[in-house]
Amino acid sequence: MHIMEGYLPAKHCLAWYSVSAPFFAGGVWRIRKILAERPQARMNLAAAGAFAFVLSALKMPSVTGSCSHPTGTGFGAVVFGPAVMAVLGAMVLLFQALLLAHGGLTTLGANLFSMAIVGPWVSYGLWKLGQRLGWSVAVSMFLAAALGDLATYITTSIQLALAYPDPVGGFTTAAIKFGGIFALTQVPLAIAEGMLTVVVMDALAGKVADIRKVSILAGETR
Amino acid sequence: MAKSSRSKWLLLGSVALVVLPLLLVEGKFAGSDDQATAAITHAKPGYQPWFTPIWEPPSGEVESLLFALQAAIGAGVIGYVIGKRQGLAARDDAEH
Repeated sequence: MHIMEGYLPAKHCLAWYSVSAPFFAGGVWRIRKILAERPQARMNLAAAGAFAFVLSALKMPSVTGSCSHPTGTGFGAVVFGPAVMAVLGAMVLLFQALLLAHGGLTTLGANLFSMAIVGPWVSYGLWKLGQRLGWSVAVSMFLAAALGDLATYITTSIQLALAYPDPVGGFTTAAIKFGGIFALTQVPLAIAEGMLTVVVMDALAGKVADIRKVSILAGETR
Repeated sequence: MAKSSRSKWLLLGSVALVVLPLLLVEGKFAGSDDQATAAITHAKPGYQPWFTPIWEPPSGEVESLLFALQAAIGAGVIGYVIGKRQGLAARDDAEH
């Protein structure tokens, strides 16, 4: 989903950097607070970052006949709140930009916004909605992760459409075109990410009732 | 539902989602990033990226090595945390 190095006009790069920067700063503040208040959560915080690390390395084939990768940011967003993912997501994006020429430094702000900010906030919002509506923990976690993943790719499509509006149809046509490339490919991958997120929640939380899993993972209860 | 059986079905489902497109869809399975690049070049013929990656993996082999490394580091950390938790749980059980 990462926008390639040099493929966003400089003004756009700057704009996305300035939108993402406060979220990143907020994430640093939030992580320090979590580590100070409940140091026992640091292992699961590392696991949340590691999950994003693994999933974004897995390029999977999709129904569109092309490949893409999940983001893995929904899990951490639900357990620790969306803010921390801006920092954990930045680590993933930097690794891929510097070592894999995947994404880029000029487009880091834009990619951070889609993968480490919009995705996690959508996940968190859906999780909260699920709790209010009384959905089961597994269903809420599944939907949070799957739709957060999808939201990331929709955001990428919009970012590219803003930079490259269609000569005839303008922004809307371009958004649909990029959406066809990114979002459609992502649908089965988002479903897979949702399922894998439930598996990882179960594995990390251990043998406790579903309802207690997230608070245990967050280090809020034992 | 028991935790282990849920995980089993979810893992099977994920595998199916990855394998079925390979069997049922005809395609080159190129990266969607590259398709987006192609779409940009199509919309703006002759577009030259104004910044190029500082370093690129010298070959596809080195690139796949680094992708594998990324997945291995992540999986290693998750495995460590799961193992550590089980060890702590076993110790707590023994003490009680």
